[in-house]
Amino acid sequence: MALSILHRVTGLALFIGTLLWVWWLIAAAVGDDAFASAQWFLGSWLGQILLLGWTWALFFHLANGIRHLFWDIGKGYEIPTINATGWAVVAFSVAMTAFVWVAGYVVWLG
Amino acid sequence: MRSPLSRVRGLGSAKEGVEHWWVLRVTAVALVPLVIWYVISLLTLVGAGRDAVLEWLGSPFPAIASVLLIVATFHHAQLGAQVVIEDYVHTPWLKTTLLLINKFAAAVLGATAIFAVLKVAFG
Repeated sequence: MALSILHRVTGLALFIGTLLWVWWLIAAAVGDDAFASAQWFLGSWLGQILLLGWTWALFFHLANGIRHLFWDIGKGYEIPTINATGWAVVAFSVAMTAFVWVAGYVVWLG
Repeated sequence: MRSPLSRVRGLGSAKEGVEHWWVLRVTAVALVPLVIWYVISLLTLVGAGRDAVLEWLGSPFPAIASVLLIVATFHHAQLGAQVVIEDYVHTPWLKTTLLLINKFAAAVLGATAIFAVLKVAFG
């Protein structure tokens, strides 16, 4: 139940978050100043908090979406399976968010 | 009860057909590899200058895959958001307004993103 509504909330958040993605793309296409502004914002505290939330929402929606696709073909409907895959989705989304951010900082600072 | 013709055309009692449901799944399946590829690609570009981003985005594979990602993302996003709007908003004028904003926003954002990629790719 909780994950079902979270799927919709993260989906909407990702949709709104595409504004940052489109801004970054168009800034790269337009010129050095525009790109520097976008990079500056994404590297700021606010930008990083938004990106962190977006990263988690992406991995949650991705993993839970795959769970939904299995349900669509009639697999994984048993209650123990639903609970187990639900927790797996939460664990995966948190682990992948942590991994991507650690890797990102290693690339950034290294 | 459904007539044979309406079954063939995918029209159930809701008169909407399965097109919306199906395309939401098709774009979902397409997005799985595209998103994984994009996240890995962006990770290698963290902190990189504009030159490195342009070189990457302007290469054939990243440019083509980016356009596919953009199309799948915004098509999927507006289909998903439409379901949410239809489920929770029951005031007719507000529902229609939000459905229009949803479609227009996805179209404008998608077109803008594709333009950016093409501009970079074709210099």
